[in-house]
Amino acid sequence: MSGHPLLEIKDLYVQFNVYGGALKVLDGVNIEVHPGEKVGLVGETGAGKTTTMKAVLHVLPEPAAQITGGEILFDGQDILKMVPSQLKQIRGKGIAMIFQDPTLALNPVFTVGEQMSAVVQYSMEAGRNLTKREVRERSITTLKEVSLADPERLLGNYPIQLSGGMRQRICIAMALAARPKLLIADEPGTSLDVTIQDQVLRLLDELVEKRNTAIILITHSLGVVRERTDRVYVMYAGNIVENAPTTQLYSRSFHPYTQGLMAAVPKLTGGGVSDGIPGRMPAYLNPPQGCRFSPRCPRVMEICRGEKPMLREASPGHQVACFLYPRGNELEINTKWNVSSGG
Amino acid sequence: MRFLYFFVRRFLHSIFVLLGLSVVIYVISRIVPGDPARMAVGYQAPQWVVNNMREYMHLNDTIPVQFFYWLRSALSGDLGISLLTRRPVIDDIRQVFPATLELALYAGLIMAIGGIMLGTLSAHHKDKWVDNVVRVFAYMGIVTPAFVFGIVFTLVFGFWLNWLPTIGRISPDLTSPPVVTGLMTVDSLLAGKPLIFIDAVKHLLMPSIALAMAGLSQGARITRATMSDNLGKDYIAAERALGIPERQVLWKFLLKPSLIPTVSILGLDIAAAIGNAFLLELIFSWPGVSRYGVRAMLAKDLNAISAVVLILGLAFVVVNICVDLVVGILDPRIRLSAQRNE
Repeated sequence: MSGHPLLEIKDLYVQFNVYGGALKVLDGVNIEVHPGEKVGLVGETGAGKTTTMKAVLHVLPEPAAQITGGEILFDGQDILKMVPSQLKQIRGKGIAMIFQDPTLALNPVFTVGEQMSAVVQYSMEAGRNLTKREVRERSITTLKEVSLADPERLLGNYPIQLSGGMRQRICIAMALAARPKLLIADEPGTSLDVTIQDQVLRLLDELVEKRNTAIILITHSLGVVRERTDRVYVMYAGNIVENAPTTQLYSRSFHPYTQGLMAAVPKLTGGGVSDGIPGRMPAYLNPPQGCRFSPRCPRVMEICRGEKPMLREASPGHQVACFLYPRGNELEINTKWNVSSGG
Repeated sequence: MRFLYFFVRRFLHSIFVLLGLSVVIYVISRIVPGDPARMAVGYQAPQWVVNNMREYMHLNDTIPVQFFYWLRSALSGDLGISLLTRRPVIDDIRQVFPATLELALYAGLIMAIGGIMLGTLSAHHKDKWVDNVVRVFAYMGIVTPAFVFGIVFTLVFGFWLNWLPTIGRISPDLTSPPVVTGLMTVDSLLAGKPLIFIDAVKHLLMPSIALAMAGLSQGARITRATMSDNLGKDYIAAERALGIPERQVLWKFLLKPSLIPTVSILGLDIAAAIGNAFLLELIFSWPGVSRYGVRAMLAKDLNAISAVVLILGLAFVVVNICVDLVVGILDPRIRLSAQRNE
């Protein structure tokens, strides 16, 4: 991609201060998103995907969470250095986020209308206050855009009166109300059943396509990412371990972790089901020295336990953080992951 | 409309609660040693007078029948004659209850406003020095009995600084306004006497703050805990992330869900304050129902005791209905589930 990136996360470090120490969750995260680009962020639960995105919007629960290093540039300006009035211009209008669980992301004691109108009110350009009627009309149009039937009635409902799919659509409507340039979608539809999830994802595709919105799609499903993104970032234990154009990553992945993830996807055509990647993600209180994947890595070397591998270009546009690839233009080294047959 | 139905139902439940309470009160008052007829007529009265009295008081009937008679007269407002004051108990209650009610209402107001404000302040500045000060203050408020505050306030603001009056409901040189509600501050305003109102408020300040301290501290702690818990919720992050101004997020979208547990706790504290006011009523010479009740207990004045217990029970029931109403307004989940269960 050429031109200036829309969002640039540079070397982001975040820690959570808890009783007994600090959880060093993000360990130098680098992500770039260009205008209109569709980016996937893939990793296991607890890899720090949501934390990264909350940091982007500066909504981490401070002071427990602390950004200890790095920059987050949006249109060239550092979000972390912004004063509240500048931040107000970014949130909703520049970047909007759809949170993981729509049940938790909606305030339980306010009606849909009350929540929508608060969002719509501030989605406008500064300097003009909308009348009550305009706010209501805009709320209704916004709800119609996400194919919700009977929006007038919905405005008077509380979240508990609605189905999971409706809540998800309302969250999407609120996020898109201000026409953001970048939409962050955190595992959209994961909490819903599969058919509804599919509907939600397709609705999202459609809305994003129509407006040429850039999107960061967070997921732990490689299938979801494959169909709808231009580039994929693979995250493990607070690090980006690999990033590549989507087609390239699926044809040729470098990092042993990515290869493990790929092997863990059940295939329709024979083979069997993978045992997954043995072991668990490390505890953040005392993360392993060097490469955080080293305790689980079948190809671990001496250097991995002492030094942290940096992201480097392995082939054009394809970066990997692994000592197996010390120079540019590498050959793919295949890690054999145990795939049991029969499954 | 359905919300109204919920309240009618809640109200009917309360009637059964009060009925149950009156059974307990009646049974207890009859199983304590001593002959009520003898107590009523005095120790020098001859036996035939006592026998007549027993007949008059239906004491020769079985306990359920006695209870029926008692309940019938209680419903018509006749709670018997007080042995101590030799007046109808209902008249005594009418005179002393408003004084305590006024004290408890002001204490409740102080608890609610002070508790929620301190709790909010504490949660917004979690783990900073403001929070630490509030937390230490709240611990002290909870562990210190109300009468200690009463005595300290009297000493400091009453005797040393001489800012506030220490006894009674109004200054002796003022005449009470005509009784309408029995609440001095309300009656004085109704009578158009702002000076008496100010005087009454001055008299109320120390006892009501002393009475409010425990509930205020409790309220502050609960508000802080709920609020800092809710601050980490995704809906708050989502509201911030969508560009809703911080002030609106904190004072609207965070405050409302965080008040629900506080309201429940404060409701109980306010109701309890009516009964717990006893020592403060002694310290401040407050002519209230708690003081009346304790004197009745010491004199084994059964009619008066029953009436006091009943009125305290009634206060609990009324406060609880109010709490349900407020919580129902604050929390649609409770309101809606109440409708669904019908």
